[in-house]
Amino acid sequence: MYNFEFVKPSTLDEALAALADEDAQPLSGGQTLIPTMKQRLNQPSKLVSLLGIADLVGISDSGGTLSIKGATNHATVARETASSFPGLSGLVAKIGDPAVRNRGTIGGSIANNDPSACYPAAAMACQATIVTNAREIAADDFFQGMFATALDEGEIVTEVRFPIPVASNYQKFEQPASRFPLTGVFVAKYGDRVGVGVTGASNDGVFRWKEAEEALAANFSADAISNLTVPADDMISDLHGSAEYRAHLVKVMTGRAVAAC
Amino acid sequence: MPKDGIGASTKRREDIRFLTGTGRYTDDINLAKQLHVHFLRADVAHATINGIDTSAADSMPGVARIFTAKDFDGVGGLPCGWQVTDKHGQPMQEPKHPILAEGKIRHVGEIVAAVVADTVEQARDAAEAIELDLTELPAVIDMKKAVADASVKVHDDLTSNLCYDWGFVEENKAAVEDAFAKAAHVTTLELKNNRLVANPMEPRVAVGDFTAHDGMSTLYTTSQNPHVIRLLMGAFVLGIPEHKLRVVAPDVGGGFGTKIFHYAEEAFCTFAAKQLKRPVKWTSTRSEAFMSDAHGRDHVTKIELALDADNNFTAIRTETYANMGAYLSTFAPSVPTWLHGTLMAGNYRTPVIYVNVKAVFTNTVPVDAYRGAGRPEATYQLERLIDQAARELKVSPVDLRRQNFIKPDQFPYATPVAVEYDTGNYDATLDKALDLADAAGFEARAADSKSRGKLRGFGVANYIEACGIAPSNLVGQLGARAGLYESATVRVNATGGIVVMTGSHSHGQGHETTFPQVIADMIGIGADQVEIVHGDTANTPMGMGTYGSRSLAVGGSAMVRAAEKVINKAKKIAAHIMEASDSDIELKDGQFTVAGTDKSLAWGDVTLAAYVPHNYPLEDLEPGLEETAFYDPSNFTYPAGTYICEVEVDPDTGKIDVLNFTAADDFGNVVNPMIVEGQVHGGVGQGIGQAMLENCAYDEDGQLLSASYMDYAMPRAADLPMITVDHSCQTPCTHNPLGVKGCGEAGAIGSPPALVNAVLDALNRNGHDIAHIDMPLTPSRVWQAMNK
Repeated sequence: MYNFEFVKPSTLDEALAALADEDAQPLSGGQTLIPTMKQRLNQPSKLVSLLGIADLVGISDSGGTLSIKGATNHATVARETASSFPGLSGLVAKIGDPAVRNRGTIGGSIANNDPSACYPAAAMACQATIVTNAREIAADDFFQGMFATALDEGEIVTEVRFPIPVASNYQKFEQPASRFPLTGVFVAKYGDRVGVGVTGASNDGVFRWKEAEEALAANFSADAISNLTVPADDMISDLHGSAEYRAHLVKVMTGRAVAAC
Repeated sequence: MPKDGIGASTKRREDIRFLTGTGRYTDDINLAKQLHVHFLRADVAHATINGIDTSAADSMPGVARIFTAKDFDGVGGLPCGWQVTDKHGQPMQEPKHPILAEGKIRHVGEIVAAVVADTVEQARDAAEAIELDLTELPAVIDMKKAVADASVKVHDDLTSNLCYDWGFVEENKAAVEDAFAKAAHVTTLELKNNRLVANPMEPRVAVGDFTAHDGMSTLYTTSQNPHVIRLLMGAFVLGIPEHKLRVVAPDVGGGFGTKIFHYAEEAFCTFAAKQLKRPVKWTSTRSEAFMSDAHGRDHVTKIELALDADNNFTAIRTETYANMGAYLSTFAPSVPTWLHGTLMAGNYRTPVIYVNVKAVFTNTVPVDAYRGAGRPEATYQLERLIDQAARELKVSPVDLRRQNFIKPDQFPYATPVAVEYDTGNYDATLDKALDLADAAGFEARAADSKSRGKLRGFGVANYIEACGIAPSNLVGQLGARAGLYESATVRVNATGGIVVMTGSHSHGQGHETTFPQVIADMIGIGADQVEIVHGDTANTPMGMGTYGSRSLAVGGSAMVRAAEKVINKAKKIAAHIMEASDSDIELKDGQFTVAGTDKSLAWGDVTLAAYVPHNYPLEDLEPGLEETAFYDPSNFTYPAGTYICEVEVDPDTGKIDVLNFTAADDFGNVVNPMIVEGQVHGGVGQGIGQAMLENCAYDEDGQLLSASYMDYAMPRAADLPMITVDHSCQTPCTHNPLGVKGCGEAGAIGSPPALVNAVLDALNRNGHDIAHIDMPLTPSRVWQAMNK
């Protein structure tokens, strides 16, 4: 790890000011940033911790919308949404291990947009709104491919708002080594629509499987997708699974999520 | 008989320090004025080194000195401890293995320069300022291509990329061809034994020290065999005589073979400490371990079985490509030959066998022994092949095995691959395993799985291994450049307590518990009266260390021999004191008695007399009570057994659920059943890891794809079933004093074919026609095979 400055402001404005320095980076739970720094793959001049900002932590539930502040850790989300949004709670409860869940945050996960992260699948399926210090961004617009988002330099995810579905479920098929999803599918059923968010599978990062969403909106059962196929063209092919295999898993995991809803 | 003698499941005394953080590992050793080294490692697989510019780095803060290959002029390369002779009678091709890359980079991870500085961070900073001028070359990765096309060579001074082309037994070749020509049925299988990274919990560490006042060099290192390191490094690399070199391997957190070998980092730290007159320390990161610890396995094999019309095995023929990596690691050439070809008979009466092995240099990390070393590769091929033969012949794989077993009344049994099994009972372990695994109830369980949409399979594998390595005169004939005896000194203190200094080394095996159990049993005192000292060349007799499941069979036997000498002397002392004849003295429960009388003396009375020899036969006996023995075995030991694995395959995803695992082993006599069961649990865990998770993979440019735990899948508790372990089928070894065979590697040898056989059984009995899937059987591979 290279040397860096460390500041832990108590307000968002102070954090934004600190981030104005060249090569300053925000630090939330650090579950990606710290390992890359230890590998000397990342060299921030300054780390600006967001964990001291009281306004960035907490969960609220109003009018059918669950709002999670950006620096809220996974363990807290898993615990506090168990009854209000069990599908999301189930997803979060299986991110990493207890140490990761007690450090990692929703804002960090969403902003990093790892192509195998779990949270983005739920955000896409639920058509969540990503709130930053500057604006509100629809999930469809926010996620822009592997590790790419709509965030501008210095822009911070302050909150993620999920419309709470009638029923939801996340199915994660684990990559054997990292235990990240080789393919993960979040299905969210609403009164007027169904969302299907897929992570881990595509070269373009998280995506919505829109054919399945339409079929499931008409008939919410695993049978409804039995005649659909997922094209393998844009799927990831690596040591752990071919593109065809991942495409196949998208369908299997979607069916299982629907059955479990 | 003490309650903690032979046969007692005594809790491991060493675990107290391991579990309470009071172990003393090499990384816990920090010496005054210690410097730290960071190795600049190659990030390309194959390149010519045109220049290394350290001018900017030399003056960076904290830098003591930067070393490159030119600083090692006159220093030897890392030696290879085994010379294999090829099928034409020629010695293998043996390239120089420099400490730092000389002129050329030959694998990702090879050390190009070494920066020694006050702190690790300073050394790393300076390493980033070193400028390398390289010309990249095409990488040699695929073994068959490497042999077929010598236009790109790993070593320019060799004639090809072939280390050796070995035929065994060459004289049997014609008979084997003849048997295949006459066979009623031939089964052929092509398979790979996947390359593995050992991944001991503790990464390697080396601390070199030089003390000017006595001219002594000391190396603290994570080794399974400190005496071997002292001999190899002192005599062949650095030119330091043994009396000026001490090697200490303190607590070592797992080895699995990969800490047998003499590594460049050890020689570097010892060399640099002497040059700089300050201690030099290196602690491997996990990332470095992936690209610098010797890897295991990596065989590509075609194996054929000839059977007669009655399904008797008549011949076996194999052709194997064995990856050596870029250089010959210490014992690499022996693994695919003498530790592999000699086991190709397995548990069966196959009259003639021919094994061909082509050892190949590639631009990859050197490959050497890993838990089982050659024997897992032999067992895997053979047990996969027999299952496939049974499928083709439409007979039960269990019956086909049983029909061809060497039978209990046929021992000692000389195989056509040059070894003589002293004893065994393969029917017994097969029956025991089938019973424990409830083979009779399998069909009902399979029907239940089917009703839930799952495919259930039952896989059987037998194994035999040659352990207790080894008779020195025999291995000498086979090309070993070392003896393979073991040593022990039994020192009895004046008040009766005992210290055993053993040449074996414990890095998780539990010697500190089991060795005292043996002594306790022999003398009749509590095991807590016995202390085991190991791991330091300064206070243990010259020993060959721990690998090949040899510690109890060879090291324990040396200890028994030394203890017998001690007891014989103690009896003479007791006879003198009790005014009786030596031959009338008996030792039981720590008491010396005179047969036919009520005279007795306690163990402690006699030991005290040995050191306070007032009433003592000084004219006949020296004072003191300390004896050393070296034990050289007359044969290998041959642990054997039957492993059964039951799996369920999810046809939608190809995911395997290992439901049950049964191990029925014949280890001969067992000293500590709990430790034996733990060894089998660990071995089976590693075997299941190899069979369905672990895969060390390179791309065609020689980049390591599985260079971290993000891509290299280690088995976790949740991947493993409950494992039923039985060791009640015992045919004690006939030629060592304890009748023990060794248990350390069995689990890793027998489990991969059992699991793979189970998965293929599940698929084939449910309508698929699949001859083989290469390990690891990842969900993706299983699904692909099902959906071809």
